Amino acid sequence: MLELLHDYWLYFLVGRYPEGPLGGLALTVLLASLALVLSLPVGLLLGLARISPWRALRWPVAALIHVVRGIPLLLVIFWAYFFLPSITGHESGQFGTMLAALVIFDGIYLAEIVRAGVQAVPAGQVEAARSLGLGYVDSMRTVVLPQALRHMLPSLVNQFVSTIKETSLGYIIGLAEVSFIASQVNGLVLTKPVQVYFLLGMTYFVLCFSLSRAAFWLERRQARVLKAAA
Amino acid sequence: MLQFDLNFLLSGDYRDWLVSGLLLSLQLMAITLLLALPLACGVAVLRLAPSRLLNAVGAAYVELMRNVPLLAHLLFWYFGAPELLPDAWKERLYAGNIEAVSAITALTLYTAAYMAEDLRSGLRAIPVQQFEAGRALGFSFLATMRLCILPQALRLAAPPLLSQTLNLWQNTSIATVIGVAELMYQTQRVEAASFRSVEAFVFASAAYLAVSLLLAGVAALLQKKVA
Repeated sequence: MLELLHDYWLYFLVGRYPEGPLGGLALTVLLASLALVLSLPVGLLLGLARISPWRALRWPVAALIHVVRGIPLLLVIFWAYFFLPSITGHESGQFGTMLAALVIFDGIYLAEIVRAGVQAVPAGQVEAARSLGLGYVDSMRTVVLPQALRHMLPSLVNQFVSTIKETSLGYIIGLAEVSFIASQVNGLVLTKPVQVYFLLGMTYFVLCFSLSRAAFWLERRQARVLKAAA
Repeated sequence: MLQFDLNFLLSGDYRDWLVSGLLLSLQLMAITLLLALPLACGVAVLRLAPSRLLNAVGAAYVELMRNVPLLAHLLFWYFGAPELLPDAWKERLYAGNIEAVSAITALTLYTAAYMAEDLRSGLRAIPVQQFEAGRALGFSFLATMRLCILPQALRLAAPPLLSQTLNLWQNTSIATVIGVAELMYQTQRVEAASFRSVEAFVFASAAYLAVSLLLAGVAALLQKKVA
């Protein structure tokens, strides 16, 4: 296993970069980070639409959320793969396809996190904002959302863990993220599939486990802060 | 835009491929569920057992499984793990349906970790007096768990276990990576043979969605009954 690490660690980390396109673990982290950052506004808008007082906004968004949650991410990726070129007019490549699919998929899941976060803010806060004369949109923006976002922080870190795991599906459309690179290494070495895939698993584990510990720590700290405030 | 026409999917080879894929996906879900539930019960009990060591083993299992993507599990169990077996076993495995066996192994281990956590919160919701009563009647730790605590916990945990089953249903699609001929695999096959991607993916989406909505509906019903 050490030999494997010695020979291929750089390839595993960054793919063929800088001679070729970026790949490997660096691409996995880049893709997951970009997906989370871009899906945040999507999730925020969808989540707010889902609980807005306007039925014409609420119902279509609820339907969209139910449909996307009902199909596997893999199908969302294939839909993006076939539809994106016809919408944008040019080939989006594996990275663009994967990013688009993750933003839609995670946006939908974030919408539910936003909904739970907003609904956890005590109703008295909204009433207080409204009685100060703020409109619905202003009371959301200045009073409810800042509190809700703080509640959501641990869930967001957990969502990031999910996103990292989801990027592995890029393997299927040939995106050179870390799972794909591992398979290439396996193809080059041929005799050590156990070691190669064990290393791949452990790489994900170290990344995701430390993040989920961070989420756990945030959650406990938040519980303490809330208890102190009460 | 291509003309949309579902009719060609509704007869002949394409229909047979898709239907056999759907049936295999459902089988994958059912077999995995049958294997994962007892394993999850075991892990949940480990996490609450009166021994630090056993608790740590249970926790390690859950964290190891949950923090690695299902795809990496599949690659390991398909390409890696069979190499570790003695030659005679390996031959038998390769002669049979090794794809399905690897997929079920990976899906079971992965799903059981999530289900164990659902069960654990179910177990913790059972009043401690129930446990004490069992022990006072002279039952051992395991017998108390099996006869008194687990049946109650399973009832409480039924709604989250069902939504976990929903995740499992969607996760079966990833088995296409190692060539299991389930719904996703057959959809790609139809797409490649007919060049009709939209229709093929509409069929797959509708099939996944129908089963998902059914499971979600049953979970919602149970939730009302339990609460």
